[in-house]
Amino acid sequence: MQEDQDVIREFLVESHENLSRLDQELIELESHPTDAALLASIFRTIHTIKGTCGFFAFSILEKITHQAETLLSQLRDGQRELDPSLVSLILETVDATRKVLASIEATGEEGPDQFEDLTERLRAAAQGAAGRGNQSTPDKPFDSALEQGCVSGPAEHAEVAKPEPDATRSSAAADANIRVGVGLLDKLMDLVGELVLTRNQILQFNTEREDAALNTTSQRLNLITTELQEGVMKTRMQPIGMVWNKLPRVVRDMAVSLGKQIRLEMDGAETELDRTIIEAIKDPLVHLVRNSCDHGIESPEVRQRAGKPPEGKLTLRAYHEGGQVNIEIGDDGAGVDVDRVKEKAIEKGLLRPEQAQKLGDREALNLIFQPGFSTAQTITKVSGRGVGMDVVRSNIEKIGGIVDVFSRPGEGTTVKLKIPLTLAIIPGLVVNSGGERFVIPQVSLLELIRLEGDSSDKHIEHVHGTPVYRRRGSLLPVAYLNQVLGLKAAERAEAVNMVVLQAEDRQFGLVVDGINDTQEIVVKPLGKQLKGLTVYAGATIMGDGRVALILDVLGIGQRSGVLAESREQTRNVAEHKTQSGAEQQRLLLFRAGSFERLAVPLSLVARLEEFPQSSIEHAGGCQVVQYRKHILPLLPLHDVLEPGAPDRGQAADPAQVIVFNDGERSIGIVVDRILDVAEDTVTARQNSNRKGLMGSAVVGKRVTDLLDLDYVLKASAEDWFQRKRTSADGKVVLVAEASAFSRSLIRSSLDMAGYRVIEAANLDEMIRELEQHPVDIVIAALDLPPNGISALRAAMGRRPEWERIPVLALAETAEQLRTLAGRARDFEDCQTRSDREAMLDSVARLVLAQASVETEPVRAGEEK
Amino acid sequence: MATDTGTMKTDVTQTSRQFSTFFVADLFFGVDVLCVQEVLRFQQMTSVPQAPEVIEGLINLRGQIVTAIDMRRRLRLPSRGDDLMPMNMVVRTEDGAVSLLVDEIGDVLDVDVATYERPPENLDPAARGLIRGVYKLRDRLLLVLDTERTVDLAVGRAA
Repeated sequence: MQEDQDVIREFLVESHENLSRLDQELIELESHPTDAALLASIFRTIHTIKGTCGFFAFSILEKITHQAETLLSQLRDGQRELDPSLVSLILETVDATRKVLASIEATGEEGPDQFEDLTERLRAAAQGAAGRGNQSTPDKPFDSALEQGCVSGPAEHAEVAKPEPDATRSSAAADANIRVGVGLLDKLMDLVGELVLTRNQILQFNTEREDAALNTTSQRLNLITTELQEGVMKTRMQPIGMVWNKLPRVVRDMAVSLGKQIRLEMDGAETELDRTIIEAIKDPLVHLVRNSCDHGIESPEVRQRAGKPPEGKLTLRAYHEGGQVNIEIGDDGAGVDVDRVKEKAIEKGLLRPEQAQKLGDREALNLIFQPGFSTAQTITKVSGRGVGMDVVRSNIEKIGGIVDVFSRPGEGTTVKLKIPLTLAIIPGLVVNSGGERFVIPQVSLLELIRLEGDSSDKHIEHVHGTPVYRRRGSLLPVAYLNQVLGLKAAERAEAVNMVVLQAEDRQFGLVVDGINDTQEIVVKPLGKQLKGLTVYAGATIMGDGRVALILDVLGIGQRSGVLAESREQTRNVAEHKTQSGAEQQRLLLFRAGSFERLAVPLSLVARLEEFPQSSIEHAGGCQVVQYRKHILPLLPLHDVLEPGAPDRGQAADPAQVIVFNDGERSIGIVVDRILDVAEDTVTARQNSNRKGLMGSAVVGKRVTDLLDLDYVLKASAEDWFQRKRTSADGKVVLVAEASAFSRSLIRSSLDMAGYRVIEAANLDEMIRELEQHPVDIVIAALDLPPNGISALRAAMGRRPEWERIPVLALAETAEQLRTLAGRARDFEDCQTRSDREAMLDSVARLVLAQASVETEPVRAGEEK
Repeated sequence: MATDTGTMKTDVTQTSRQFSTFFVADLFFGVDVLCVQEVLRFQQMTSVPQAPEVIEGLINLRGQIVTAIDMRRRLRLPSRGDDLMPMNMVVRTEDGAVSLLVDEIGDVLDVDVATYERPPENLDPAARGLIRGVYKLRDRLLLVLDTERTVDLAVGRAA
C-alpha cells in the first residue's frame, strides 16, 4: 500500500511539473504552430499522463487525456492545422487534468466531475478532422513507435514514456538532479541558522582567549559555516521563472477575454529567490499582470488611434541589485490617469478636493494603493473590483519588500517590486542603548555618524524642540533610541553615535549609546504576546547566547514621531506632521509691502474679506470698517513690518483683509494681495531676528516668511489683548505635545488669549519644565511620548504641588474624545486638538476652577 | 494538539489526572502535566522595552526564543522581592513554548477528578479568566491554570 502511495505521489509531482511546462509550450505553439518538436513534446507529456492513469486505473483522467492525445496526434502528423480554438480546448484539458490531479492528491480519488462535456468536445474536434477525409482513424491515434511501448502492457507504458520528455530537452540535467522534499530543505536551513549562531558564539570565545589552536579551528569553522550557509540557502533558491511560468497563460486568457492583443516579454526568468519569498510574491505578481492587461493595455482600436501598434507589450523584468531582487512589471498602455485617480479619491472620500489640487503626481499615483480604490471605468470580471493594489502592497511589505509605481500618460505604467533575497538570515548592525543590545537590519542602514568633542551636543540642533542634524546641508530629523524605548538615558558621553536609517522613502537619524559590529543574524519571530510592538521586527540570539531584539526601523520612526504614523495619515490629515522638524501644514500665503511671500497658519485665520476703500473709516487714529454689525479694526501689515517706509502708492481697492478672531473680538490685517493656500511640508525653517517674523521657510519650493502673528497683534492693537487679560493674565500653560507644529498652533492660540506658554515635546522635557517653572495648567496630547497621558499623570503625582495642576488632554479626533469620556481620572478635561475655541474655553474654565480652590496660590513664593 | 488529546483521554478513561504543580505567592497551581515542556532554573533574560509589564523578558532555550511571563504580575500579586529567584516553567501553547516565571516548583500530583469544582464566582478579576477550576486536595486547594488564556495577554486586561 505504502509503495503504491509513493508511486502515486511520484506521479503527481511529475505530472504537475509536466503540466506547467505544457502551459508554456502551448502558448509558444500558438505563435509557432508548425514547430514539430514542440508538438511532439506536448504529445508526449499528455501521453505519459495517460499511460500512467491506465496503470493506476484513473479512468476519468485516462478518458480526457486519451481524447486530447488523439487530437494532438492529428496536429503532430499534420492532418490538421492548429487554430486558437483548438489551443483553448487543449488548455482546458490541461485545467481539467490539474483538477483531477488535485483531487487525487487530496482524497486519493478522481473526484465527482466526469468532464463528459469536455471529453465530448475533444472527441468532436478529433472526429471533425478525421471526417475531413483523412487516412487516420481516431481510434488508433498512436504512431507505431510509441505503440511498441504499449503492447507490453500498461505497467511498462509509463516507464517507456517517461524518459521521453527529457530526451527532447536537457537529458543530461535530469541525470544530475534528484528530488528533495521541501521539508528537508527547510529543516536544513533551520539547522544552518543554529550553526551560524553557534559559530558566532565560538568566535566570541575566541576573542576572549589567546589560544592558537582554537583560533585556527574557529577560523576554519567560520569559513565552512559561511560556505555551508550559502550552499543551503542556494538549495532553497528557485528561479523566479517558476512563478512566471503560469503568466503567459494568464495573459493569453486575459487577452482573449478582453479582446486585446498582448505580447508578453520576460527577461531574467533565471533570477533566483528564496522559495518562501517566491511563494509570497506569487499572488501579487499575478494580480499586477492582470491589472496591466485589464487596465493598462488598451484595446487594439484605441491603440491604433493613439498611433501605437495594435499589439500591446507587457514586460516582466527581474534582476539582482544590491542584495535585493527587483521585479518590474511594465506595460506600454495608457498609463495611469492622475486626474482620474484624484477624482476617484475625492469621490471615495479618501481625499479632500483642496488637498487634491496640491497633491503631486507621484503622491496621487500612490493613491491606487489605498484600500477600496479602482480607477477602471468598468468593473470587468477579470480584475478591478476595488480589491487588489492595497493587498499587493501589504503582501510585498510583509516580506520586507517595497512597491513603487511609475506611470506616464500614454506611454505606460511600470510597477517595481524590491524584494529581499531571503528572510531567514540577514546582516545586521549591533548597537547598544540603555544597557541593552539591539540589532538594526543592514538594509535600512545608510550611514554611521559619530559626533565628537565638547561640542558634540551642539551638532544636534532643535527646531521648535524637535532635534535635527545638519547632514550635508539638509536637515535630518533625529530620534533617541533611549527615549523611543523608554530606556534610561546614557551618561554624558564624549561622543554622540548616530545611525542614519531609511524607512520607506524617508530618512532619519537614530542616536544610540554605542555602535558595535555587524553580524549575520538569524531572525526569529517574537511570541504573540509581543506581536503588538511595532518597534521590533523579531529577535535573535547573539554570540554570548543571549537574546537581542531586532529593531523595526519603520516602527521606530513612527513611534518616535520622526515618521508619520501611517501613509494614510499624511494624506488625510494633512495638518499633521509627516516628519518632525519638517511638517505638513496649511498656510495662507499673501503679499504685503516689500514682503513678496508671507505666510500664517490657515487654522488661525477666521475669514478672508474684501472691503472697498470707500468703506474704510477712521476712528481714534485707526482704520476701521463696519463689519457684521461690529466695528472691525484694520491693521495695514506693512505699517507694522516696515514702520516709516514710504507708502507704496495706491492701496489696493478693494482692500484685502485677513480676519482673525478669538471668539469675542476680531481684527483685520490688511495685506496687498492674498496669494494662495499652500499645503506643504515646511522644510528647513530658519529663525529670524526681524520683529514681526517668526522666520523663513521653504513653502512650495519658494522661500516664504512666516508672520509672527503674536507680535503683529501685540504691537499694534494693545487693547485687543488687554481686556482679555483679566483671567488669562500671566497664567502659565505648559503644552506637552510631540508634534512641534501642533504645539506652535496651540501656542499661538494661547498667546493670543494672553497666556504665557511653555512647550515640551515629551514627558521628560515636560518634567524638566515643571521643575523649572511654576505652571498653572498643563495641556497634553493623549499620546504624549513615550507612554501617553496616564504616564504623565503618574509622573505629576510625584510632587504635591504638581498634583494640583489641572490637565487638559488633547485628543486626535472627536471619536477618540467620545471613547475617552469615561477615562477621566488621567485628566480634568479633554478636547480635540483641532477645536481651538473649545480648548480655550476649557483652559479658562480650569484656570477659574483652580483659582477658586486655591485661595493661596502655591506658586506665590516661587515667583521672582 | 498532543496536549488536547491527552487531556481528553484521561477524562474519558481515568478517574485521576496528573498535574505539574507550582507556587505563586501563597497560591498553589497545577498545569496539566502534558502541557509542560520543561522546568528550568532562573535564566538570564533580555528585557523587552515597551512590552506589557507582565513580560519579564526573552530567554534563549537551546536556540529557541521563549517569552517569559511573570506570574506574580500576571495575577496582579505583590512582587517577588529581589532575593527570591523565580523558576521557569516552560509550557507548550498553541503559539509555541512560553515560560511562566513562578516562585517554586512543586511535585507532579495525581488528582481525583471527583474533587473538581468550578472556580468561585467572587474570584479576583485578575485571576478569574486564568483559573479553570479547583481541585479540593486534602490539605489545600489546587488551582488549575488555563495556560492558553494565561499567555493571551488580552485576557483579564480590561478588568
